[in-house]
Amino acid sequence: MQAVRGGAVSVRKAGKVYDPEGLNVVALEDVSFEITPGQFCVVVGPSGCGKTTLLNAIAGFDKLSGGKILIDDEVLARADKAPKPGADRMVVFQQGALFPWKTVLWNVICGPVQQGRLSQKEAITQARELLGRVGLSKIEEQYPGSLSGGMKRRVEIVRALMNDPKVLLLDEPFRALDALTKSVVQEFLLELYDITPKTIFFITHDIAEAIFLADRIVIMTTRPGRVLKTVTVNIPRPRDYRVLTSPRFLQIEQEVREYIDSEARKAFNAGERELAQ
Amino acid sequence: METLVASTSETDIGITSSISWKIRVRRLLRSSRPYFAALGIGIFFVAWYLLVDVLKFWRFKELPGLVASVREWISLDPVYGVSLFTAKYYENIWASVYRVITAFVLATTSGIIIGVLMGWSRVFRALTFPLLEMLRPIPILAWIPLAILLLPGRETPIIGLTFLAAFFVTILNTLLGVRSIDEVYFRAARSLGFSEWAILFHVIVPGALPYIFVGLQIAMGACWFSLVASEIVSGQAGLGYKVWETYYSVQYETMVIIMATLGLLGYISSALVRMLGNRLMRWRTRILAGA
Repeated sequence: MQAVRGGAVSVRKAGKVYDPEGLNVVALEDVSFEITPGQFCVVVGPSGCGKTTLLNAIAGFDKLSGGKILIDDEVLARADKAPKPGADRMVVFQQGALFPWKTVLWNVICGPVQQGRLSQKEAITQARELLGRVGLSKIEEQYPGSLSGGMKRRVEIVRALMNDPKVLLLDEPFRALDALTKSVVQEFLLELYDITPKTIFFITHDIAEAIFLADRIVIMTTRPGRVLKTVTVNIPRPRDYRVLTSPRFLQIEQEVREYIDSEARKAFNAGERELAQ
Repeated sequence: METLVASTSETDIGITSSISWKIRVRRLLRSSRPYFAALGIGIFFVAWYLLVDVLKFWRFKELPGLVASVREWISLDPVYGVSLFTAKYYENIWASVYRVITAFVLATTSGIIIGVLMGWSRVFRALTFPLLEMLRPIPILAWIPLAILLLPGRETPIIGLTFLAAFFVTILNTLLGVRSIDEVYFRAARSLGFSEWAILFHVIVPGALPYIFVGLQIAMGACWFSLVASEIVSGQAGLGYKVWETYYSVQYETMVIIMATLGLLGYISSALVRMLGNRLMRWRTRILAGA
């Protein structure tokens, strides 16, 4: 197991209002929490609670309208700061973003090569080592279009890790997968997390997934998105599927579900289809 | 081991170059496609033969017969001086092919560059898109006088007009292609630390390629269309000129030969563009069983 180097995320009174002149949709309001270096933090909440907005702000795709976000005491996002993505915060997207016109190997090495951090040769050596370790070495010359959904997600996670980011941001990455593939890819992510622990910010709808993966769960309210509750998951690692039926797991699930259900109901009653998806 | 390829559409057939020609031909012959193609074309020629040569039905009796036309085409000593075995035939083909190639290469190269710029830069798009949309609907035939006034000699107006038809089509399709690329790839590229140049070469150009190649195929068709139109008006050689000339001098068999030649050349040039596209976009093939 490697030592964790940096990656403390601090979200302080983050706020986001869309369309400030018109409808004033408040997506985030006064959101504050801390993620310690190397912690696996999962954010759950009903659709439209601003989870993705928060992730986009951390990733540097979108501006905040209030508050700030720091990584290792460096201000990343603030209302008056132009957003800027960077390789210290790698994103794994909901719909997948492997370049379909490039081979798996090209996709995996492109980060460090484009940043000029590694030569092509060094990057290939490192990529082959990593791909080999996770059992993906046979597909390096294939194009993403020929891979299954689960395989694509794994390659995308490997691509992110090749950049040695401080924080890994995952936006419902396993949403489109079937239940069986999902559990395989979840275990894959945990395996990688045990090998190279990174600070992880993971968004999901799926409560069981959240508990299975997380050190800490941040539960958010329906719009305007606020932090409702933080739950610590003190289930020892490494974890595998057996955890899912342990008493500790079920107890946490009960607790999380209670908070979430009231929020989901609120969203549903608000009659907004997009909220109560 | 044999690779199984699932084609997403008819036109995708024959994409993967990893399959040997032999296997591909064998597979093609096992499918029903070539037989239907032969049947369709066969029906056309039989109808021609019956309507013109045999029945002399209605005004079809004015048209050149199938037998006479084919005989003229393969004759060593053709009545009107144009057949597979005369230099004149190939001189006319070359005159037209040369013009099409020149115009197509110029139009598509500049069209792709301008289209990418339009997709890339909001300012450039705002500046040029309304102008493009105003010029694009003007039929090529309406440009002919202007081209003759502006461009010197007899050759350059024809190339210029052929260029124009392909130029607008290429720009528009390239622009659409760039705009069709999902925002998520740009975000991923920025996260991964791509420079703006790297985004251009590794995201924008390959991402737009499927649309660009659709544009190139349409552009190729447009080239032949406006070539023939402008050769009829201002040419001295070439297939379009020849169609009109043979009509005036009542050499109808030769006229039909030239028309068939235009059809064949159009088909071949389209197929070449398609083959190049498939070669450059091998990533679009879904390989179901690994090689």
